[in-house]
Amino acid sequence: MSSTLSKIKLPYLLLLPGFLFLFTFFILPIVNLAQTSTQTPIAGGDTGQYEQSLRFANYLNAFTENKEQFGRSFLYAISATILALAIAYPLAYAIAFKAGKYKNLLLVLVIAPFFTSFLLRTVAWKQILGEEGFVVPPLRTLGIIGDSTTLTSTSFAVIMGLTYNFLPFMTLPLYASLERIDPRTMEASGDLYANGLTTFRKVTLPLSMPGVVAGTLLTFIPAAGDYVNAAILGNPNTKMIGNVIESRYFKIVDYPTAAALSFTLMAAILILVTLYIRKAGTEELV
Amino acid sequence: MSKLKDASIPTIPLQARISRWFGRNMIRIYALFGFTYLFIPVAYTFAFSFNDSGKSNLIWKGFTLDNWQNPCGAPEICNALGNSIKIGFLATVFSTILGTMIAFAIGRYAFKGRSTSNLLIFLPMATPEIVLGASLLSLFLVFHINPGFWPTVIAHVVFCMSFVVVTVKARIASLDPRLEQAAMDLYANEFQTFRRVTLPLVAPGIAAAALLAFSLSFDDFIITNFNSGTLTTFPKFVYVSAARGIPAQANVIGSAMFFLALFIVIAGQFIGRKARVAK
Amino acid sequence: MADVSTATRGDLRLTRITKTYADFSAVNDLSLTIPEGSFFALLGPSGCGKTTTLRMIAGLEEPTVGSIHLGTTDITTKRPYQRPINTVFQNYALFPHLTIFENIAFGLRRRGIKDVDADVNKVLELVELPHLAQRKPTSLSGGQQQRIALARAIVNRPALLLLDEPLGALDLKLRRQMQIELKWIQREVGLTFVHVTHDQEEAMTMADTIAVMNEGEIEQMGTPADLYDNPKTAFVANFLGQSNLIKGRIEGNDGDNLVVDLFGQKISMPKNRSHAVDSSIYAGIRPEKFRISLLGTPTRGNILTGGRIEEVSYIGVSTQYQVIMPWGQELMVFEQNDDGVPPFDKGDEVMISWEPNFTFALRGDEDAEAGTEVAPDDLDEDE
Repeated sequence: MSSTLSKIKLPYLLLLPGFLFLFTFFILPIVNLAQTSTQTPIAGGDTGQYEQSLRFANYLNAFTENKEQFGRSFLYAISATILALAIAYPLAYAIAFKAGKYKNLLLVLVIAPFFTSFLLRTVAWKQILGEEGFVVPPLRTLGIIGDSTTLTSTSFAVIMGLTYNFLPFMTLPLYASLERIDPRTMEASGDLYANGLTTFRKVTLPLSMPGVVAGTLLTFIPAAGDYVNAAILGNPNTKMIGNVIESRYFKIVDYPTAAALSFTLMAAILILVTLYIRKAGTEELV
Repeated sequence: MSKLKDASIPTIPLQARISRWFGRNMIRIYALFGFTYLFIPVAYTFAFSFNDSGKSNLIWKGFTLDNWQNPCGAPEICNALGNSIKIGFLATVFSTILGTMIAFAIGRYAFKGRSTSNLLIFLPMATPEIVLGASLLSLFLVFHINPGFWPTVIAHVVFCMSFVVVTVKARIASLDPRLEQAAMDLYANEFQTFRRVTLPLVAPGIAAAALLAFSLSFDDFIITNFNSGTLTTFPKFVYVSAARGIPAQANVIGSAMFFLALFIVIAGQFIGRKARVAK
Repeated sequence: MADVSTATRGDLRLTRITKTYADFSAVNDLSLTIPEGSFFALLGPSGCGKTTTLRMIAGLEEPTVGSIHLGTTDITTKRPYQRPINTVFQNYALFPHLTIFENIAFGLRRRGIKDVDADVNKVLELVELPHLAQRKPTSLSGGQQQRIALARAIVNRPALLLLDEPLGALDLKLRRQMQIELKWIQREVGLTFVHVTHDQEEAMTMADTIAVMNEGEIEQMGTPADLYDNPKTAFVANFLGQSNLIKGRIEGNDGDNLVVDLFGQKISMPKNRSHAVDSSIYAGIRPEKFRISLLGTPTRGNILTGGRIEEVSYIGVSTQYQVIMPWGQELMVFEQNDDGVPPFDKGDEVMISWEPNFTFALRGDEDAEAGTEVAPDDLDEDE
């Protein structure tokens, strides 16, 4: 029967266009990137001209020259992730359990800042934390920071920028996970002699782990590869690996190194993520 | 059952009431601070859209409505905005269509390769933007395609698609299969059931996915930077002018986009609620 | 570690409890004493405030005014984890991420008890599920989850065990079985059980004392027999089982009895079964107390004549009749099919008779329909 035939084929038909697209414009580019990363500059040629080889030395060089930036990127990304988790968790909790009929409105408000260009927001932070903003002068008058300390062009500002930018990415999965918890189990915990903190530790937190894992991944991965925050809020000493890759593409035209760096970044992220997921022990990713 | 009419009614002591109130509301108070923090730069951007700033919008010079009356006043800005909107629109259309199809396939049918498909969809979300952007640029260069409008659209579709799939899939998962069974029981064939029952029920998810795709595309900088060449988009414009001072008109446009999007989403919620009540 | 003195025991006393939300009051000036060691039921329709009352006893809600005492201790402002009271929740609320063993051990561990094995295993034996100790709640059936929820509460030997419609989600046979088991367990462990339900059969099967609640107040409290045989309000008369309420007037005395006129026909009833305040009353008789006989048959007791059978429903154990009386009211009669005599037919002209001692009288200004419209499958009434 033709209808049963089409039933078997239907899912594949639906997948075909999208996957074809992804194959051409996602898989293929990554394969090509792998190829590029092992190219060698043509001796005596112009900049930007390479020939295909299997120059794995590119990876070694790329890594050793930039280990500082690699380390820094991961340090900033992990700091931002932890901060974002600390800020977003209570927020998600409030929306999931304490919002009543305003739940949907509050969810919209979490995403709403997104609607203003993130560049505008990052530049806004630069000015808010800058000399003429409304944060530094009061802190100086109160003597909390010295006259020569600035908040912008510091690693502090970069981490703050990263944290802020990815807050919605952390809040929404946390919310989705918390929302699924039956509030009666939290009541039962209190009924069984657990005070507020203990209920959180023993019931709420474990049950919200899928959201924690999803949120931290969605924050850490883009943060590790970011360069905009470092460019706007940082200084030459806060360069992240993203900045290096960008400059290798556009300023110093060195495609193999840039490609090698990109792959190294991806590999490092993949390793960290796999270790993390195995430790957190959850399969619900998508 | 006698009522203790003469006994006075015991009341709860004030101190207990106060500590109970704090226990319940502390987290709400925190949420208030949290939301304030989220909106500080938005408020700042909005406030400075009224700044009588001239070329460089760094310090407050005075209140003016000029910027709002003349949002295209800064050179290049409306060109950039127009490009962002065009790219966003096209990227949204393509990624929503392709992504919804994938979501239906993965979400409704058990087939060989389903978990691999799931993984494949997850990969773009797990790849740092810089890798996505750089790899696409490399590919284009190999085929001697110059970065520009269409490469940017293609790049946006790549990373938006996964988000569309996740959003629509979630909506599909919450569908009650008995509704479609009821439709078929009432003489609707597969196509009619899909058109009259399934699609309307999934529609809010598709709408949310489209809105998400548009926001992601409009706001994208890194991937766009790699694949747009000399074409400006709104985020690129802001980035480039960040060094010498962003014109207040950018603030105007950013704020306007914010209010517009907020309005659309809240209006969508109201319409959804009304429709449910009406039905 | 929680501040729980398991030495705090005694009767539970609610004094003038009122609970108001923004626009309505769920519980209204309610006072109640639950004796230690009894099986107590709070019975009422959805929305009557019974679950709210239960939650206030557990500490999951606070009263707006009023006080709650356990023995001599005032527990009104104490948090749930400070009260020696445990709850069996309606949907069981088992911790999905813990094994059955850990679910049951939860309360013991929070109280600082290190050696939980003996207690947990003992209570698993009690509910006959020792083989499920290492499983997770989601892999259990509804009936099994319900028993684990019970075990989780009982293992803590609380002063009071609260049950919030615990049998609602079970099918009929299982429910009947659990009713008997719960009663047995309560006698075995000797704890005070407070059971909230809308199912009057369930309350009557299990409880020593029932309080019938309606719209935030207690209508009547007593043993199942008290409430069934001698209801004080129309709500109780209609909510527990079924009643025939016939409008009438007290005409006079006859020793210990009253003479009552029902639409021109005279009957007599004991004075001490009348809750009327003046001569206008509703005379109440339970359908199973009525006897039907054809005209001319010799009968004793109170007699009403002029009835005609409108409906006959054969239910195996009994036959139910609707008999229309000359004044237009349909009376319900249940006759046991215990003597092989074929039932009466539709259209038969009959007399209705009954023993005068089974009559009860309610105030004439009662709403005779109160308590009749009750949906059997109530939704969860918690806000």
